[in-house]
Amino acid sequence: MSAPAPYLTVRNLTKHFAPTAFSRGPVVKALQDISFDIPRGQVVGLVGESGSGKTTIGRSVLRLIEPTSGEIRFDGKDIVRLGAGDLRRQRRNMQYIFQDPFASLSPRMTIGQILTEGLDIQRIGNRAERRARAEKALAAVELPVDAYDRYAHEFSGGQRQRIGIARALTLEPEFIVADEPVSALDVSIQAQVINLLRDLQLRLGLTMLFISHDLAVVEYICDTVIVLYLGRIMEIAPAASLYARPQHPYTRALLSAIPSPDPTKRSKRQTLKGDIPSPANPPSGCVFRTRCPYAIEACAGVVPELRETEAGHLKACIRDDIPA
Amino acid sequence: MEAPILQIAGLRAVFRIAGRDIAAVQDIDLEIGSGETVALVGESGSGKSVTSLSIMGLLAKKIGHIADGRISIRRRDGSVTELTGLDAEQLRRVRGNDIGMVFQEPMTSLNPVYTIGEQIAEPIRIHLGKSHREAAAEAVRLLTQVGIPDPARRAKQYPHELSGGMRQRATIAMALACNPTLLIADEPTTALDVTIQAQILDLLADLQAERGMGILFVTHNLGVVAEIADRVAVMYAGRIVETGPVSEVFARPRHPYTIGLMRSVPRLGQATALKAAGTPLPTIAGNVPSLAMLPKGCSFAPRCPMAIDACRAAVPPLFQVSQTQASRCIRWEEL
Repeated sequence: MSAPAPYLTVRNLTKHFAPTAFSRGPVVKALQDISFDIPRGQVVGLVGESGSGKTTIGRSVLRLIEPTSGEIRFDGKDIVRLGAGDLRRQRRNMQYIFQDPFASLSPRMTIGQILTEGLDIQRIGNRAERRARAEKALAAVELPVDAYDRYAHEFSGGQRQRIGIARALTLEPEFIVADEPVSALDVSIQAQVINLLRDLQLRLGLTMLFISHDLAVVEYICDTVIVLYLGRIMEIAPAASLYARPQHPYTRALLSAIPSPDPTKRSKRQTLKGDIPSPANPPSGCVFRTRCPYAIEACAGVVPELRETEAGHLKACIRDDIPA
Repeated sequence: MEAPILQIAGLRAVFRIAGRDIAAVQDIDLEIGSGETVALVGESGSGKSVTSLSIMGLLAKKIGHIADGRISIRRRDGSVTELTGLDAEQLRRVRGNDIGMVFQEPMTSLNPVYTIGEQIAEPIRIHLGKSHREAAAEAVRLLTQVGIPDPARRAKQYPHELSGGMRQRATIAMALACNPTLLIADEPTTALDVTIQAQILDLLADLQAERGMGILFVTHNLGVVAEIADRVAVMYAGRIVETGPVSEVFARPRHPYTIGLMRSVPRLGQATALKAAGTPLPTIAGNVPSLAMLPKGCSFAPRCPMAIDACRAAVPPLFQVSQTQASRCIRWEEL
């Protein structure tokens, strides 16, 4: 089977946040040299802790923030260079689902207004057609059609997140960035929303970038998982391979830190020492070396390149002698 | 036999909303022995935080109060004090001396305009009557104990100069300042990254082993419960629906809600198999009911795959499943 041509291509994406007139302090190196592809119709997961740069990647690929350097191509078209008008037309194909279903829905707009706003901006259809599209999106997320005339406060957290998903669907996009879409939800509702996203993704052939701080959450929905730490990629692998055979010491630590809902497996985890360093002053060489139990002198010298350890499975670690 | 550190009997706390009293928690019975960690687990609106706020006497006075029940704690001198009968000043004294508290968001529980050291020293001066100098030295010793590197320097810093994990360590030091018999930890690791959460869980377990205090650990995370607790009480819609030793409840849950909750927790490695088979993730259908509009009978019945007419007739009592495990389900024997 030959790999399908990538739908999204990111090359050497770098984002530095410089101090502004209103803030002081050093340049924050949020992303350093990030490259990855998403084939059409596939889901790539971005996983990392605070400050790893996962949201910065999500916002950069939709150009909600301007990258410092690098290329972002959709279907071959580099969107970093698009002018405002072309970018707006391109955005029709690209939508965002936010983490907090309470903050991301206006309390003053009806659900109908929220769902049709994007269609209005893109001047798609007449009033009746817009309403029809919004109702179709409500049906797709399994909400009653009468939600159209109600307000966000009338809905629970899980229902609001469904509305956020419906909003992303009304423009019938090809590509969606889902930024921690279930992190604010209760565990019994999380699984409902992940099932819904997976179902929509398969049915509509969506290409998706799924951002999460939790490796356990992305396993079901992602074809490929990227593990980030302090603005750099530590490991990229097909989901099945990543969970079965994690290669990078950071990925292993992250997996082992997730508390297992099985009391018989208690205390078998390895706890990482220390804190995540500041992205304003990342360590030299491998950014993970200050917390890595396997760091050696050479790790401080060079930034490790991503190397393939098995088909499609890449790690940015210079050591191959780490016990499994 | 030694009295438990914490004993709650028949607790009912109500909120006054739109002129109507709505029970946020009811029929709560709970005991914690010394050196024991009990987890209170549940989803949003289950009443787990209201229960912990009730113990601390921190329900917002204008809208919420304890309508019924008793909460008593065993103090360091061995005497048992009933908290529900105390006035504000007496309660303040018990709280400072015998109950330590750690909350979810360390940035909001620390005062931004005082140094870490001053904040840890304050209860030591007020409740233990130590001098400024003694209290300051004790604060540094506590910071060492909670694993903060370079504690003498950190004591002179302000909360914003510390990372999230360090701040939570500092609030733990503050909670332990007066050597409490009971530590109430309300979602203490929820705002932290997973590698930092693991550190804080290790720290709490170590501190408990050293000091033998009882811990009430409030969390929504079943993984954390399995990791840290001896016993667990599962809450749903304001009531405890199942309780027992963690080993028993996790091995054989006897309430359909507990079973559903455990199935909903993503387990590493399992999702790959489900995905390959085209099977959706297990879920609990429907939504958590509003406390203002609880269904008649068992609150979980509308979402329960096993509900029968009898479930909707009356609120089930807690059935003793074993000597140590209890379930609020009339069909527990079939589970």
